[in-house]
Amino acid sequence: MIAALRKELLLQWRSRAQFLAVFVFGASSLLLFSFGIGPNAEVLRQFSAGFLWLGLLLSSTLTLAESFHDEMENRALEGLLLLPSDPRALYYGKAIANWLQLTLLGSALIPVMVVLYDAGTDRIVALLGIVALGAAGLSAPGTLYAAMTAQVRGKQTLLPLLLFPLIVPALLASVKATSLVILGDPMDSLRAWVVLLASFDAIYWALCGLLYGRVIED
Amino acid sequence: MDTAVHSRSTRTPLIFLGLGALLFVFGSWWGLFIAPAEQYMGDVQRIMYVHVPTAWNWMLGVIFAFICAIAYLINGKPKWDARMEASVEVASLFALLLCIQGSVWAKPTWGVWWDWDPRLTSVAVLLFAFLGIIALRNFVEDPVKRAVWSSVATIIASVDLPIVYFSVKWWNSLHQQQSTPQTVSSAFHLPLRINALAVLFLMTGFIMLRTRVAAARLSEEMAPPPMVPGPAGELA
Repeated sequence: MIAALRKELLLQWRSRAQFLAVFVFGASSLLLFSFGIGPNAEVLRQFSAGFLWLGLLLSSTLTLAESFHDEMENRALEGLLLLPSDPRALYYGKAIANWLQLTLLGSALIPVMVVLYDAGTDRIVALLGIVALGAAGLSAPGTLYAAMTAQVRGKQTLLPLLLFPLIVPALLASVKATSLVILGDPMDSLRAWVVLLASFDAIYWALCGLLYGRVIED
Repeated sequence: MDTAVHSRSTRTPLIFLGLGALLFVFGSWWGLFIAPAEQYMGDVQRIMYVHVPTAWNWMLGVIFAFICAIAYLINGKPKWDARMEASVEVASLFALLLCIQGSVWAKPTWGVWWDWDPRLTSVAVLLFAFLGIIALRNFVEDPVKRAVWSSVATIIASVDLPIVYFSVKWWNSLHQQQSTPQTVSSAFHLPLRINALAVLFLMTGFIMLRTRVAAARLSEEMAPPPMVPGPAGELA
């Protein structure tokens, strides 16, 4: 698994231009969301958490869809499967790499959100933690679905179609937790949302790892 | 290839459908004309006699799809794939019906077409998840890959359903709680039960018929290509 992770990270490092392009995509979607609302600073600040997560979600479909690009070239996936290793290791290597990339992307989008929507906060560590947990919720099922959709035509359509309904609870909890951090938490309900998000992560990291072998073997 | 599913006649599902239709007419007639009108909502409430049975059976349909998906991953028999295809489609249809019936009921009662009620939202989310699975099935040509992948997607989507329900419930309760009259008096019970049974029969009939279609298509796909008759003596 470590080897799989190292391979993924190396490949991601070599395609940093791709990451930059996705970041610009995410930032420009944040910019566009504000045109959907109008220049009302108070409203924008109130919805900033939702915009951040929608921006990250839209960008994540690009990252995830690309993440199996290299495996599809020259039938490299079949070569990987011939290695005497558990397909689960391949899955977790890929999923962790995607998770790191999405966390980085989310963290990079935070300053854009702060500037555009005036949504600053002192609790930077809490915010980064939520971004990491939310990115984990996106990357576990996202990696599994990307493995399927990378092999068929119409993958750009199919991946969001499968992924979006599924991650509703994770999106909901992430947005709620983020906005509690930004706008203040009078009822002290942040912990509950973080627990919900963490349980979603735990369920899908376990379940998708279990099912991944079937997806790529057959 | 399990041809038993394919070759069975369509008589049983048609009996189910006929029985279901008869019961449904009877139960709806009872609900519309015999059962008393509800005290506060009046006649609008009578949509309950189709809505609640649809909801119960939709749950059963989703559970059946989930079971089929697990069964397929365990034993790999194509009949489970055919059953899953059928139940995913029928469950999607029921989810769509639920959303429509719910909106029709909500407009006069709550004054809005849509409400972020946890049940409503979960049904809508699952509808989209299942539509995604149907799309996936249409995109994948290899029958084995299609079966495995849609089983995996069905399992994942079904596991998501309770999480969606509870998270939306939680999310909504922090805003406002919509009051739904849950107390159903005994005068409403009989037509409700008749229709529940009716819809169960209808759904079973639909799933069985659709399974036969899916199985027929599968056996055609998995059959060996027909021998091309070449000119005599060429192979020898």
